[in-house]
Amino acid sequence: MEELVYDQINETVYTETMDNGLKVFLLAKPEMAKTFGIFTTNYGSIDQTFTPIGQDEKVTVPEGIAHFLEHKLFEKEDRDVFQDFTKLGASANAFTSFTKTAYLFTATSQIEKNVETLLNFVQDPYFSEESVEKEKGIIAQEIRMYDDQPDWRSFFGTIQSLYHHHPVKVDIAGTVDSIQNITKDDLYACYETFYHPSNMVLFVAGNIEPEAMMKQIRENQDSKEFPAAPEINRSYPDEPTEVAKANNSITMPVTTAKAMVGVKEKVTHLTGKELLRAELLSSMILDYYFSKSGAFYEELYRSDLIDDSFQFETELDRQFGFTILGGDTRKPEEMTKRVKEMLHELKENSISDEDFTRMKRKKIGQFMRALNSLEFIANQFTHYHTLGVDLFDVLPVIESLTSKDAEEYLQNWINEEAISVFQVKPQENE
Amino acid sequence: MKIKEEVLLEKQGYRLHILPSKKYKTISIVAKFKTPLRREGITERALLPHVLQKATNNHPNVREFQSSFENLYGTVLSSDGTKKGENHVISFRMEVVNEAYLNDQEPILEEALKLFNEVLYAPKVEGEGFDSSIVEREKQTLEQKITSVKDDKMSYANMRLMDHMCKDEPYSLHVSGYQDDISSITPESLYNYYRSMIKNDLLDVYVIGDIDQTEIEKMTDKYFIRENSSNQDNDQVSTSKDVKEVNEVVEREEVNQGKLHIGYRTYTKFGDPDYYALQIFNGLFGGFPSSKLFMNVREKHSLAYYAASRFESHKGLLLVFSGVDPKDYKQAKSIILEQMDAMQNGDFTEEQVEETKEQVIHQLQETMDNANGIIEVLYHQMLSGAEMPVNDLIEHIRKVTKQDVVAMANKIKLDTIYFLTSLEGGE
Repeated sequence: MEELVYDQINETVYTETMDNGLKVFLLAKPEMAKTFGIFTTNYGSIDQTFTPIGQDEKVTVPEGIAHFLEHKLFEKEDRDVFQDFTKLGASANAFTSFTKTAYLFTATSQIEKNVETLLNFVQDPYFSEESVEKEKGIIAQEIRMYDDQPDWRSFFGTIQSLYHHHPVKVDIAGTVDSIQNITKDDLYACYETFYHPSNMVLFVAGNIEPEAMMKQIRENQDSKEFPAAPEINRSYPDEPTEVAKANNSITMPVTTAKAMVGVKEKVTHLTGKELLRAELLSSMILDYYFSKSGAFYEELYRSDLIDDSFQFETELDRQFGFTILGGDTRKPEEMTKRVKEMLHELKENSISDEDFTRMKRKKIGQFMRALNSLEFIANQFTHYHTLGVDLFDVLPVIESLTSKDAEEYLQNWINEEAISVFQVKPQENE
Repeated sequence: MKIKEEVLLEKQGYRLHILPSKKYKTISIVAKFKTPLRREGITERALLPHVLQKATNNHPNVREFQSSFENLYGTVLSSDGTKKGENHVISFRMEVVNEAYLNDQEPILEEALKLFNEVLYAPKVEGEGFDSSIVEREKQTLEQKITSVKDDKMSYANMRLMDHMCKDEPYSLHVSGYQDDISSITPESLYNYYRSMIKNDLLDVYVIGDIDQTEIEKMTDKYFIRENSSNQDNDQVSTSKDVKEVNEVVEREEVNQGKLHIGYRTYTKFGDPDYYALQIFNGLFGGFPSSKLFMNVREKHSLAYYAASRFESHKGLLLVFSGVDPKDYKQAKSIILEQMDAMQNGDFTEEQVEETKEQVIHQLQETMDNANGIIEVLYHQMLSGAEMPVNDLIEHIRKVTKQDVVAMANKIKLDTIYFLTSLEGGE
């Protein structure tokens, strides 16, 4: 067991790689009542085409299967795993993203048994035709719920405009049609390929004793048999750097239009500190211009092109990356035109040292606030780990950034061909 | 529970609650202004948080005002209005990084409290009113917010259920205000409302984090004191209506999924002796994935992705919500009503009662790990005059029996069934 000590924030992370390849991280927070455990596989909705373990040919599985598998892992031959956690006074959940599937619990008692339950249920799949069929109705209602949410539709609509072929453009849950084709054999093929311990990370944070917990996890893993760690062969289509659609829209029964401007990031194969720097710089630059203290925000807000719902985010991950800005607007055409111009103007402006220091302070504060949450630490640490980044490097990396770094970053950031505009239009305007 | 006891101090014009805790790397300060919930003034109360957070007398420029927060290591200030039973509470929340974790030697907390003070007591004023351009712009923003409630179908269905169920009770008032009021609000009328709120509302200030009582008191005495206020509580006790007949309402909008929301009356409030039985009741009925609603509507019949219940503890309501296909309305409704019958008939085991207690206790302990969670629990308790340490709460929960839960189930009355469905079908 190795100790990673982070002095400035007064935290220690304990880590060990199990013989079967599973990476384990533990963070003790004895002042907290609760413990949060999250077991993550580096497999998400974009991993649709791959060579299944033990086969030679590539297959493409139905859209939404990673998420479907996440649902079905909770069901066993004789019981529902939610009830196991219930009996232990804990609450359990799971989520699927573009690149990950994660299973988690929070508990304030019987922590050892909860960790055991988490490891055992994820490592013991049971899929049957009957239970696969039953799940289709539930997931169909989950998809329908999102269909009625204009924020989700505008977010996904923007991604679909940015990408031609890449499966990031596919809704994480799939479609009501695509999930009908999912079979129990598909689920096993995905499970066996992507749920090998060597493709997974376990993070437990909270009221724990690290030595004893690591020992327990080691014994649990040693008692199970796994084949040798496979090399996972995933495949993604070639994706052009320019966007699929520069302009697109849908109509929905909304009272206020929504307009989004998306930027397709070309820095899609960054890892480690490089990726962290890119992520921090883009977020600090956007913050400087488009947060409530920013010149661009002020102009857009004053001219009634945006309101309080205006948001922006950058997501960089393996295989893809995008920045999206937007929200409700009464003047979608004018808003998107002006935001696009602003994105081009970024290059021509510079940020003074004093202002850049202010953005650094803001970022440091944001990060320190987030550290109050065990969930944030465990999720984000895992996410960064799979991308070769150490979460607790965030502070020193922020400290090291200069306004010159921002200027350099801006020079190769945004091109016209990488921008898409997406609108959700109210029906009466038709 | 490792939380130290709360220190409560009566100050000039406010009550100060100090909660030393080593759990956080930040310090949270929350100021809560409470008044009876009334139709008159509700739109002003929705608008005020927006206006006050834009500029102050000392920082009249909006961007410069925001920048000063960023310079204090991204100190955040937010504000919102909520209902606590039939009272209205405006909360201002600030979170500041604890200086101990910074390389800097600047007095971040004191500077942040100074800004907090300006936001509350020294807003940007022109003549006898607020800055008119800020008020005009924020009126537009609020109007947009009011009209777009409809775009979030779950909140909208919930609002419509309350509109029907609590029609003649203050509880049905909309916290985001009313479109009809907006045009008549002027910078002067809003400023008048603000002055009376600052003078007459009941003010509680909470400070939580790794802090020293003497130091905090020194600062809050400087920044929160209200010379002209006696800080009187004119609490409005929530009404609880008898149900004469069950009301069923179907409304139509263009939706893919129908929203089935059902309202019950519990006649049980925070601080009542059988409140703990209500907590366990809700856990068995619809509070968790192990509950009857989830197990039957979702797992057994695959009708929904979510089917759950929650209770409002000042007004005495129990609310069920689920998203189902329009064609499944009748089936989903009857399954939900059957689950309530089952609760009333005691169709659950002693073992399930025990498991539910552990879940409710777990939830409470988890809440107490969160700074805002602790503040909400304590504020809640204080308003109900039922203050007790967490360990006592847990003791009370442990004492609930199956008989108590059955008695609670039989006390609860169905009031209104609301279904928001698509333009066609779903009857």
